[in-house]
Amino acid sequence: MAQIFNRSANTLARASILGAILLISASGAALLKLQRSPYVTNQHIAPEQPVPFSHQHHVAGLGLDCRYCHTSVEQSSFAGIPPTKTCMNCHAQIWTSADLLHPVRYSFQSGESLQWTRVHDLPDFVYFNHSIHVNKGVGCESCHGRVDQMPLMYAENTLQMEWCLSCHREPEKFLRPKSQVFSMTYQQPTPENPVEVNGRKFLSQAELGQYLKDQYHLRTVRDITSCSTCHR
Amino acid sequence: MSNTKDSNSNLIPVDAIQPARLELDAVRQKLSEASGPKFWRTLDELSDRREFGELLEREFPRQASEWVDPVSRRGFLKLAGASMALAGLAGCTKQPLEQILPYVRQPEELIPGKPVFYATAMPFAGHAVPLLVETHEYRPTKIEGNPQHPASLGSTDIFAQASILNLYDPDRSTSVTFMGEPSTWANFVGELRREVGAPGVVSRQKALRGAGLRFLCGSTSSPTFAAQMKALQQQFPQAKWHWYEPVHRDGVRAGSKLALGGYYDAVYKFDAADVVVSLDADFLSGAWFPGFVRYARDFMSRRKLDGREMNRFYVAESSPSTTGAKADHRLPARAADIEKIARALAAKLGVAGAGAVQLTQEQQNWVDAAAADLMQHRGKGLVVPGVFQSAAVNALAHAINAALGNTGQTVSYIDPVEVAAVEHGHSIRELVDDVNAGRVDALVMIGGNPVYDAPVDLEFEKALGKIKVAIQLSLYRNETTDHVHWHIPAAHYLESWSDARAYDGTVTIIQPMIRPLYDGKSAHELLAVFGDNPGASDYELVRGYWKTQHTGADFDMWWKRTVHDGQIAGSASPARQVSARLAALPAPENAGAEDIEIVFRPDPTIYDGSFINNGWLQTTPKPLTHNTWDNVAMISPAMAQRMKLDQVKDQADHQSDAQNILEIEFQGRKVEVPYWAQPGHPDYAVTLFLGYGQTRTGRTGRDADANTSRGYNAYSVRPVSAQYSGGAGKVVRTDKYWSLAVTQGHFSMDGREPVKVSTLEEYSKNHNFAHEHREEEPHDQSDSKPESLYPKYSESGWYKDYSWGMAIDLNSCIGCQTCVVACHAENNIPVIPKDQIQRGREMQWLRVDTYYEGDAANPSAYFQPVPCMQCENAPCEPVCPVGATVHSTEGLNDMVYNRCVGTRYCSNNCPYKVRRFNFLLFSDFDTPSLKMMRNPDVTVRSRGVMEKCTYCVQRISEARIAAEKEDRLIRDGDVVTACQQACPTEAIIFGNINDPNSRVSKLKASERNYALLAELNTRPRTTYIAAVENPNPAFKSPAPAEKA
Repeated sequence: MAQIFNRSANTLARASILGAILLISASGAALLKLQRSPYVTNQHIAPEQPVPFSHQHHVAGLGLDCRYCHTSVEQSSFAGIPPTKTCMNCHAQIWTSADLLHPVRYSFQSGESLQWTRVHDLPDFVYFNHSIHVNKGVGCESCHGRVDQMPLMYAENTLQMEWCLSCHREPEKFLRPKSQVFSMTYQQPTPENPVEVNGRKFLSQAELGQYLKDQYHLRTVRDITSCSTCHR
Repeated sequence: MSNTKDSNSNLIPVDAIQPARLELDAVRQKLSEASGPKFWRTLDELSDRREFGELLEREFPRQASEWVDPVSRRGFLKLAGASMALAGLAGCTKQPLEQILPYVRQPEELIPGKPVFYATAMPFAGHAVPLLVETHEYRPTKIEGNPQHPASLGSTDIFAQASILNLYDPDRSTSVTFMGEPSTWANFVGELRREVGAPGVVSRQKALRGAGLRFLCGSTSSPTFAAQMKALQQQFPQAKWHWYEPVHRDGVRAGSKLALGGYYDAVYKFDAADVVVSLDADFLSGAWFPGFVRYARDFMSRRKLDGREMNRFYVAESSPSTTGAKADHRLPARAADIEKIARALAAKLGVAGAGAVQLTQEQQNWVDAAAADLMQHRGKGLVVPGVFQSAAVNALAHAINAALGNTGQTVSYIDPVEVAAVEHGHSIRELVDDVNAGRVDALVMIGGNPVYDAPVDLEFEKALGKIKVAIQLSLYRNETTDHVHWHIPAAHYLESWSDARAYDGTVTIIQPMIRPLYDGKSAHELLAVFGDNPGASDYELVRGYWKTQHTGADFDMWWKRTVHDGQIAGSASPARQVSARLAALPAPENAGAEDIEIVFRPDPTIYDGSFINNGWLQTTPKPLTHNTWDNVAMISPAMAQRMKLDQVKDQADHQSDAQNILEIEFQGRKVEVPYWAQPGHPDYAVTLFLGYGQTRTGRTGRDADANTSRGYNAYSVRPVSAQYSGGAGKVVRTDKYWSLAVTQGHFSMDGREPVKVSTLEEYSKNHNFAHEHREEEPHDQSDSKPESLYPKYSESGWYKDYSWGMAIDLNSCIGCQTCVVACHAENNIPVIPKDQIQRGREMQWLRVDTYYEGDAANPSAYFQPVPCMQCENAPCEPVCPVGATVHSTEGLNDMVYNRCVGTRYCSNNCPYKVRRFNFLLFSDFDTPSLKMMRNPDVTVRSRGVMEKCTYCVQRISEARIAAEKEDRLIRDGDVVTACQQACPTEAIIFGNINDPNSRVSKLKASERNYALLAELNTRPRTTYIAAVENPNPAFKSPAPAEKA
């Protein structure tokens, strides 16, 4: 009986096994990549907002403190989105007829809220608390990026769990003096650019981080990576 | 049960069943041989029926893991394949964009994300239940007791806990209707006050001085209401006010008049009483006993064995209650016999005019012991009459307390707290007589549902048809709504201003938490329509009234302070000097020994029916029976045996047992009811529970699938002459069956000894009883290093600052289920339908197990709340393939919902059966009003996820963040779990066991502290404090129903 398959079929079969493995792993890798891509995380994408509010202009240009608008950031889990009244504190005086600000004036007159689109949106099963982070020396900028350079607001980071853990596992890499929490321009200490805390000079973040960790009585890494720290 | 029920699948055909009958003799035999468990939960278990063994083998009884709907194998595979394909992509779903809507002008005191607590009170049956309400951005989300108020001391009851669900109930009435057609409040006011053309009711009745105007109200203690009433009486001097509360206290009123010569309210001081004798008084059972929360706290403060002398508790009761379960000496007796017992007790204690009666030996022994004890503790004893008992029993109790010098010591009398101290039975009869005589032009019904719950022989429905203008103010559209002209939606108490007085007279201003969701109106606003100021808001009315009452110049300050504190300081009523004398007591009813007595009781969880649409209360197991979603006719096991009543396997779904349906005839009216053989029920008596069988209620209160009402309507046989009990009932066994959803047998820990009990006498000799008679307890983990597979957390530096633990005092637990409902509210637990509970799929994280001990005729009962034990060596943790349940560094067994894939290995491996699985999508993610109610700090779990108690980890987190911001450790008492906070008797104590001075550490140091199933070496963090009873050593045990 004649052979059905040519000898080359062997090679083909081997190649297709390899090909299948490659295909599966490639699609797996692609899925993983997709999962972390801005398409899914919305990282670096500024959504459309009712008013094209510029943090760059208000923070860098005018020098407003974060807490002028995000009033509850030190007391509550929620940093707070300013009420229309806060906008009108200034905009009742300046830019009173700018078209861009029409939704703000309308909101103030009609009593209807401005409808902002949430930029930093954690999954509902994550319970993040702003107040404890800013009280323990985590700067706004560490998570939100250089807001003072963002004409339109976008998320600097993925807000995925691996990103949270990168700090919860090594908080000393990110801690800063409490006086610098709301600063956008703070630089981690280097030998050229030391940082002074309580009269002590620190030449590296490793040194400073360790010192602050003790100062802040930070819980152990095991504590802050316990599931119920964030999930309940 | 009406005939429509025949189509219901819950009605079981009788063919092809093997009835299981209760054989009491076999049970007695078994108990005397003491080969079975000393403690038992159900009669099935006691009789060791084969089915019970089967039941135990499965975690979720009887094929609970099967699909609910019949799905073919092929269909299943298709679905499985599709879901496999999609599973990989599930992680890639994009989160939908969310909106943020900030305030336009943010209130100054509000910090978004932080809850604010406001003091208020819930009016319940005319009395205030003082509360603190947690609000998130002005949405009330959780109810707690007001710790500063003497009637609460921080605790609550099930109705207060669950009332928040009524506020957000989407089935509430949402609009004013006239003749069933939508209308408006403005139309209503305009129509009533019309002066041109045909004059409206107000104008018409003004001319007649109110001769045809009638008001019908439930009990209220609101001083503002009283003032409004008084003002209206001047305008309409001939108008009449009638009062009807289906669960009224007419016996208390009549008894007070009989013995004290007028209407007074008794205020008890249980913490001062060494001996307490209850004559059918269920003051440890529910809020229908005014002062329940405070009384439970006071009573149990004498049973903590903390150095104060332990009290002794005698209970004679006509229907088994949780109060009776806590008795040292319990005597089941028919309601009519309670009066005889009261007379005998009075006679024995030298009260003149009590008369002579004939008692059984068992009753005589009880009376002798109680009388001797009371005599020995003159001035420190207390006899409490039941609110559902006759006038004579109430009068006798007052007389006994006076004769023993208890008055002024353990009981005092105040003027009635309610606005009108009247007997409701008379009052509603007068109203119906007036209507039938054509004297009534307009009737205003404030609250209530008289067509459903008025005494059946008054035929209220017919009477209502004769009234020209009937107006109803009500939270729901109910049976009465169909017969009125105007229906006004009522504002919930969390939506309106009012005031109310607690059991001791202390006044609370009721402040709203939220604007009326459905434009409801308060009773004050409705009354104002008839007065001079028809547009007045409830705020103006209440504040206006108190302005006239407050004499100082600083009214604004005083008002703010009063509203903030939740009470008017010093407003408790002063004690009145009264003297009790027994005038002519009405002759006692003489019931034959085999004459069947019918007893009516409010349902333990849905009360008079006003909570029928409340899913939390429907799924809360009723104390003792552990029945849900239905009411039953409670009878004694002996009666069940005599009548050859059956329990059959429900052939329709194999999930549950079905009970025989009885036909009960009382004074010429019949009702069909499934029976329930309740250990400890007096023989020759039937207890019927009010509140069920409503035909016109929301989606929860009716069986929507079968389009029938839930349970049976006990009001349909409740005549005005026998409101709580009456003789000459007839009970016939029918061939029909009814499936119940009873949780008592679920999650059983077979054959072990979960509760530990001793007596005070034995305890003084043997302090170690909680650790005896059990399989060998493993030694400390340090000794058992080689055997254990579990990680040694404490040795690897875990639990540095905190190590959480809980101690539950079995002595103090009264089985009231308040903790269960509080947990429900705090942790966003879904409502589980009846058919799913029958499959063992109830979701409450905390259950209260009831264990009986001794003969089924009069067993002792013990309650054991079982939350997650948070084991040190947790069997659930190593078996989870995805690490969804893991040990936290503070000793909790964390449950990570977003990791759970639903293998259920953890719950199979849990020896305590405290894990709950979302077999279906039980949570309601769609109803907008329910979204507002949820606790924003707890995930709403979806289908396919395991969940369980984590010691309210959200509360721990909040306290930890607060402490860390202040750079300190969490202090003892900073974290209070929801169950602990709600508990009226402080039976549950939670805290840090690293701190030797914490309350929980001190309790755990007691020699009565023991771990549940300690022999398994799970080393649970929740432990129990063994119960100690205080029986009278001189008590002659009655034969043969002797206590084990």
